[in-house]
This record gives sequence, C-alpha cells and structure tokens, in this order.
Amino acid sequence: MSRLNAEERALRIAQEPLLPVGQSTGFVTGTGASIREIWAHRQLLGLLVRREIKARYKDSSLGLVWSLVKPLSQLLVYYFAIGQVLGLARNIPSFAIFVFVGLTIWGLFTEIVSSGTMSIINNSGLVKKVYLPREIFPLGSLGGGLFNFSLQLIILIGATIAMGQIPLTPDLAVAPLAVLNVILFGTALAMILSAVTVYLRDIQHLVEVALTVVFWGSPIVYSYSFVNAAIGGTWLEQIYLANPVTLSVLGMQKAFWLAGTTESTQMNFPPDLIVRLWISLAISAVLLWVGQRIFSRLQGNFAQEL
Amino acid sequence: MTISPSIVQVDDVSKRFMLHKDKSLKERLMFMGRARKQAEEFWALRDVSLDIKTGTTVGLVGHNGSGKSTLLKVVGGIIQPTSGSVVRRGRMAALLELGAGFHPDLSGRENVYLNAAILGLNRQETDLHFDEIVEFSGIEEFIDTQVKFYSSGMYVRLAFSVAVHVDPDLLLVDEVLAVGDEPFQRKCMDKIAEFQAEGRTIVLVSHSSDQVGRLCDRVVVMHAGSMIHDGDPAEGIRVLRDGYEEDRVNHIKAAPPEAYEAKRLTVGEVEARTVVGSDQTDVIVRTTVDVHEPTPGWGIGVAIDTPLGLRLYAMNTFTMGTDFPSTRGRHVVEVTLPDIRLGAGKYLISVGLGLPTGETIDRRGSAAAFDMPSDVFGAGILRLEPRLDINPRVA
Repeated sequence: MSRLNAEERALRIAQEPLLPVGQSTGFVTGTGASIREIWAHRQLLGLLVRREIKARYKDSSLGLVWSLVKPLSQLLVYYFAIGQVLGLARNIPSFAIFVFVGLTIWGLFTEIVSSGTMSIINNSGLVKKVYLPREIFPLGSLGGGLFNFSLQLIILIGATIAMGQIPLTPDLAVAPLAVLNVILFGTALAMILSAVTVYLRDIQHLVEVALTVVFWGSPIVYSYSFVNAAIGGTWLEQIYLANPVTLSVLGMQKAFWLAGTTESTQMNFPPDLIVRLWISLAISAVLLWVGQRIFSRLQGNFAQEL
Repeated sequence: MTISPSIVQVDDVSKRFMLHKDKSLKERLMFMGRARKQAEEFWALRDVSLDIKTGTTVGLVGHNGSGKSTLLKVVGGIIQPTSGSVVRRGRMAALLELGAGFHPDLSGRENVYLNAAILGLNRQETDLHFDEIVEFSGIEEFIDTQVKFYSSGMYVRLAFSVAVHVDPDLLLVDEVLAVGDEPFQRKCMDKIAEFQAEGRTIVLVSHSSDQVGRLCDRVVVMHAGSMIHDGDPAEGIRVLRDGYEEDRVNHIKAAPPEAYEAKRLTVGEVEARTVVGSDQTDVIVRTTVDVHEPTPGWGIGVAIDTPLGLRLYAMNTFTMGTDFPSTRGRHVVEVTLPDIRLGAGKYLISVGLGLPTGETIDRRGSAAAFDMPSDVFGAGILRLEPRLDINPRVA
C-alpha cells in the first residue's frame, strides 16, 4: 500500500465503478451480492468469533474449561436422574455415551439459535456505527457454537475410546451429514430470529421456551425406541421425524453410539434415517436462503430500531 | 490537468423515521388498532442531493436534530434511505463513534486488529501498520492492557489512530475530533491536513464553526432535514449563525410578552461602514438605541468577529466615562473604530447594550457587516505594511 499522491488517487477512483451503498434487496440478485460481501469480510468474521470466545472467559481463571462444565454437569444430571433413578439406563445400553452424543449436537443447535437470536442486539454498537454485512453477527454465533461443539466432540470421542466403543464404522459417515443439517437449519433460524428480534424483543423469550420444548421433543435423554413403541406407524411419528433436530440427533447417535446398533435389540433408529437426513438437509438449505433474504430485507432499518 | 471525479453521489435521498413507543408484543396487541395512527412520522432527511468530488473536505453543519448525522450515516451505508439512492466508490472509513467495535475485555492490541478488520484491513496490512498505529496513538505502554481500563482519552487516541491508518479514500467523521488533549488534537489536525494534501476526501459533521471554517472547502448547512446551503464555508457559517439568531429571536418572541417588553433598552438599526482614507481605514458603527424606560448609566459595546466566528475585538463605553442620554425615545450612537488594520474580506459587527454592573440588557449578534478593501500587500487577517531592508547595517 504505497502512499498515493492526490492525482494518482483521483485517477484510480475515477476508474472504480460507483456502487450503490447498502444491500440490494432483490430476491435473487441480492443473494450473490450478499455472499460476496460476507466472503470479503471472512477475516473479520474469524476475528469476531475469536473475540467472542476470548472475551467470554477472559477474566475467569479456569477459562475454556467452563465451556465444558455445562454439558458435563447436564450429562451427570440426566445420567443419574433419568438413567438411574427413572431407570431408562436399563433399556438403553451405554447410557452415558448416548446422552452425551445427544447433548453435544443439541448444544450446537441451541448455541447457534439462542446466541444467534441475540447477536444483532448484542452487537448494536457495531450495527449502529459501522457498515458491515450484518449477516456476520449470526454467523459469528455459528462460529462460537462450532468451537464449543468441537471441544465437546473431542471429549466424546475420547470417552468412546476409553469405553472401548471406538466409532470407526461406516456409520460414522452419517455424522457430517447430521452436523451440516443442524448448522444449516440452526443458521437459517438464527438469521430470521435475529432480524425479527430487533423489531420485536419478545422473540428472545419465546425462543427460550421453544428450545425447551424442542429439547424434550428430540430423542436426547430417551431413545427413539420409546417413541417408536408409543406412536410407531402413525402420522404423529411422521411429525416427530419431520423435525430436523431430531434427525440430526438420531444421525449423531447412529455414528457415535455403537451400542445402539450392536447391543440393543430395540428399534433405536428409523429405517430410512439417511434419506430423511438428505431431505432435511435440502429443505434447510432452502430455508437458509429464504432466511438470508428476509434478513437482508429487514436489516436496512436495524440502525434506527436498536 | 487535475481531475476530480465524484466519490459519493447522493441522489434525492429522503429518510423517514417512525417513532413508535410500543416495543413489546403485549403493547402491540393492546394497541393494534391504534398503533398505525400512533406511530409518528418524522422526516430526518428530505430530498437531499449531494455530489462530493474527490479531494474535497465537506463540512456538514446544522442544529441538533437537523439531519446531518443521519446524512452521514446514509453515506456510510449504516442507514438505508426511505427513497433515493447513494452511490459511492473507493475505500471508506467511518469514525462515527470512536471505538465502535472496541471490545472492553480485549487488549488494545487485539482491538487494533479487530477494529482494522472492521474498517476493511486484512491481517497482513494491519501487521504492516501496527507499529505506526501504536506510535501515533502514543499509548505504547498500555497496548497489552484490556481497553476497559483505558481512560476515555486513551480510547479515543487508539481508535483515531486506527481509523487514519487504514488508508481510506473517504473518511467520514462525526464530531469526534473534539476529544483528546491539545497535543493530540493538533496531531489529528495535522493528519487531516496531510489527508487533504494526499487528495483524500473527508466529510465531517461538526458543531464547531471554527473547525469547519479552518478545515473545509465546502460547507453544507442542514435545517430540518433539508439542505439550506451548499458551498462556500464562510457563507455557510453565516447561514448557520443566522439560523441560530432567528431561533433566538423566535424564542424570545414566543416567551411571555412581558419578558420581552420588560427590556428597558433595545438595539434598533445597526449600520457599519468603512471609510477608506489615504493612509488608514476607519469603520463607523451607527446604532439606534430605543430607550423605553430611563436607565441611568447604560453603555454600549461593540465587537468585531470574522465570518467564521473568531472574535477579533470587543470594547465597551463604560471606561470612556461618557454618559448617554437616559430619556425615553430614540437615540443614535456612532462609534468610530479608527485605523483598522484588517485584511481584505467581510467582518461582522455585534452590538450590545448593558449596565456597568455587567448586566446585558439587549444584544444583537452579527448585526451589521463591513468590508475591508483589498490588501495592498500580502493576505490574511491582518493588514500590514512590511518594509524591506537589504543587507541592513548592524546598529
């Protein structure tokens, strides 16, 4: 970057095209422009994610360990309360791994959605004062979520190895599919919710409630076999399986919870899980696109509404 | 041949704000029917068109709430206009709020990288400029301290120094230059002068007409969302001041009548003229004073200002020992300011009436103006007649 003199600068600027300020709201043409803009800011995105992670645990002496304490404590609670006291562990082999697999992928989903919902409001200082493609903020939450997720995944893999159930089977290929599904679906929700929350602050509380419902609506602390036994073959089961989060949880269990396939005689997975996952992935991708367009429409007035 | 292409074109931009107070779902449901009517419309900008050429320094001035900051935000892309369009090119850096994007929990160093990235610099470029940025800010010792422990001055220094080192073609500045101590402010001004020499474009919002007059070669005066002046800075500042004056007068008129009538003395017509003699120029200020109520001991004060608001001279008659007639009616006072050595241009006269106790009874700012003829030699605010001695003998 050499220092230009005035004339060179004027010449260079004269050659640049005049570009409209702000985002294009065209339904189809806008997408490409948005993606290009986000791509141009990818380094900033990385920095924002790092800022979030660093700032979160900056002054605590245990630092990153705290991001593991929450899922591990949840694991303990569910293991004893539901597994031992309510006795679910008797029907679900390797119950600890089973619960942890569910909690790991669930943790990713909640973090994308709940911190994504708040991302615009929490970054209002930036939104109001600097122009950036605002999609960066929900995407930043995705980055933070993925970071925590990978930490937990490492522990999960360590645990499976320690318990002698190394997940090196062809089923492991389902895992990326399941994770990608959660990422696309969660990000789509985060985009829409973060934009709407700016206009209607009630959304943030609604999201908390909805997440609790979805948590119990997914086979995280109980296995699919219970659902199958209760509503198998009915349309209710189809609705249950239409939930992308449920499918991803099942996919992760298929990949990492070996005991479910090998030791259990019950029907722990729906037969056409892979097909359902692919369909869900496609729908989530479309949803993400629609979400981005909605976001783009709404973001024009962010600065004045915050 | 110098070319100056447009860097920003604002075309017929209007911005409407809706002011509704109900934010929550409950309130929206409760006021559903009435909500539409309750929302108040407010036009922050109305049909503003602006074409900014590269290398110019444009000052946006106006009262609070006149839309100048909104205009700056529209140019910066932070707010989308309700109608009209803005096109722009080149790299832009916006200093709308110093330290926007600074994270209090991160160290100065980390924040420099973050802020530079927000302003569009990549990591390698930031590495390259990092030492320069820190040096300019002058807070080397604290660069690894979390910024939440910084004083506001340090905060500002760091933020400004990041913003000026990102090599912007267009710099948007919103009333942030007034912070920091004097040496740092001078540094900022030097940097801005350097920017101007390098042909960068600066758009700044300021309340300081002094600053605007010093820096800008074009001034846009905003009033209630519309542009009321665009062009010459001195003229722009006069328009702005007239606006303030008008507001003041309206305010007085709007006040209860007795407050207005209670004035014992009022300034009537004020007229200033220059008398150019062979070797000196005098200015005569002629003021009509209306005495509504006998007021013993009153006096008159006269001041000279530059159009940019710099006070050059002020005097009053109390120390002159003159008694003014205190009878009801109209009196004319002529004050002669002899041998004024001011450079060519327009100057403003303000007149005030008061008592020796310091009480001001009536005043009229920028009541009249006078012109100084072209300089015989040299240019500036002073009129001097330099003499020349070549190889002077040492006394």
